[in-house]
Amino acid sequence: MPITVTHRDGALIAALSGEIDHHGARAMMDELGELIAARLPQRLVLDLSGVTFMDSSGIAVLLRALREMKRLGGSLRVTNIPTQARRVLDAAGVGRLITLD
Amino acid sequence: MKLELLDQTTIVFSSRSANEGFARAAAACFAARLDPTLDELADVKTAVSEAVTNAIVHAYPDKLGKVTMRLRLYTGNVLEVQIKDSGVGIPDVEKAKEPLYTTGNEERSGMGFTIMESFMDSLKVRSAVGKGTTVTMRKRFSRRAGAPA
Repeated sequence: MPITVTHRDGALIAALSGEIDHHGARAMMDELGELIAARLPQRLVLDLSGVTFMDSSGIAVLLRALREMKRLGGSLRVTNIPTQARRVLDAAGVGRLITLD
Repeated sequence: MKLELLDQTTIVFSSRSANEGFARAAAACFAARLDPTLDELADVKTAVSEAVTNAIVHAYPDKLGKVTMRLRLYTGNVLEVQIKDSGVGIPDVEKAKEPLYTTGNEERSGMGFTIMESFMDSLKVRSAVGKGTTVTMRKRFSRRAGAPA
């Protein structure tokens, strides 16, 4: 599951794509963790526009990224959230923990 | 209104995580005959993904086991999905259903049952320690213009 990385206005933007389920979550989590450790961003934006499916495993991926950004004293935003992923995040109340655009 | 069974199919697969995507797609394919909206179909896929992942992660923690998915169509545009395993079982189902509760590692969010409940109309969980768990969910699809009776 590829993660495409770009920069915009000083923020690191990681675009996730494909289906995020338990099968692929571990690899995505590790890849994001390595990215954060290597770039040490102050602001991380996760762009979900390419995510075709997400279940609660995706929530775990976002929460892990949030933990790592908090450890760095940085911030996390999630953007371009497709309808299906948005419904999952809303049902779980993730908006109380993470800024969802 | 009493529901009458119109059709059913049963799929059996091993508890490999690669089968999560297969189970979602199979359930969506079967449900497509009820002419659901894309959102309704996405709801079914999400709920199936959660139930199957639970069976794969929790029912068979140290080995591969069998997961059975039974799909049924009823009158009134109702889909029933039943996911059954013969794994370790859940000692306290009510506790397991609580939001954020998980016995899994950091890959799990503890939101699986919450999502199944909010995406389907009904959720029933039967479990016996050492025997396995059966999750039964139903969803009634909206009737769209031009849909067959």
